[in-house]
Amino acid sequence: MTDSAQGELRRPRRQKRSPVSRVIGVFGELLITAGLLVLLFLGWQFTLNGVILSNQQASDADQLIDGWQNGGASDGATAAPVAPNTDGTTASPAFAYGEPPAPDAAPGDAEEFAVVYVPRFGSDFKKTIAEGVDPRSVLNKGGAGHYTTTQMPGEVGNFAIAAHRDGWGSPFLKINELQLGDKIYVETQAGWYTYTFRGLEYVTPYGVGVIDPVPQVPNAAPTDRILTMTSCNPLYVASERIIAYSVLTDWTPRSVGAPAEISGLVGA
Amino acid sequence: MYATLWRLIPGPIWLRILIVLVLLAAVLYLLAFFVFPWVDQMTAPSQDVTVDR
Repeated sequence: MTDSAQGELRRPRRQKRSPVSRVIGVFGELLITAGLLVLLFLGWQFTLNGVILSNQQASDADQLIDGWQNGGASDGATAAPVAPNTDGTTASPAFAYGEPPAPDAAPGDAEEFAVVYVPRFGSDFKKTIAEGVDPRSVLNKGGAGHYTTTQMPGEVGNFAIAAHRDGWGSPFLKINELQLGDKIYVETQAGWYTYTFRGLEYVTPYGVGVIDPVPQVPNAAPTDRILTMTSCNPLYVASERIIAYSVLTDWTPRSVGAPAEISGLVGA
Repeated sequence: MYATLWRLIPGPIWLRILIVLVLLAAVLYLLAFFVFPWVDQMTAPSQDVTVDR
């Protein structure tokens, strides 16, 4: 009884399957494999790739900062410790260290030229900002991209950047959790620009007014120094864009040292 | 297909399982660090985080 049952279980292997049956079998297994690969890829995009990109971002940012602290030290020392005009009689009483310096020459395409810190996104949030918003060469590296037509950090007008929110490291995942008064720090060779969050706006994907020098007011002459962050909304749907506006409230030359809230991250 | 591959692997059952696990690990490594990044670059994503005309 058991012998014959086992025999029946084993026998079919030996039987010659028809060629058609074999082809269909292989085809089915290939389909299953393809399905598994797609699932694996999706899982990879949202887990492992995020970790890989975040690590890459951290090391890129550290490399930039190292370069600024070593190579650019003399530049900063001559330019920075000038006018702490406490009496407020001179041209720019708004900032303790005077007018932010004019930006350096425009960075090359996809070149990383700044580092952004957003404590609200995480105590160790530190990402690079590269020139341009091309997905392949900039945004899919897990950092932020600078709209080339907009101003540079600290300039009067609008410094507009974009980053992913669902995938590729999800740098701006928590953009909707920003709260009034939250600080956003942008570091360049010259020092640290402290922007203070003012509000969110939701627009269509064609709402290019948000990156105007005066957001949503075409052809107006800017007086404020705005930081505009754009990302997708809703999560994983992206039929809209979520916009976060901040305004420059302070700036700190490199020679003075990093603002207290991020000083632990800068040297790291 | 997989049944044929399984029969091609030599050795006792425990060695076969070990070989399969090592092969699987190798395949997953190649996928995660070489194939998937390439696919990710090839598939053109829509510009879903930027505003555009």
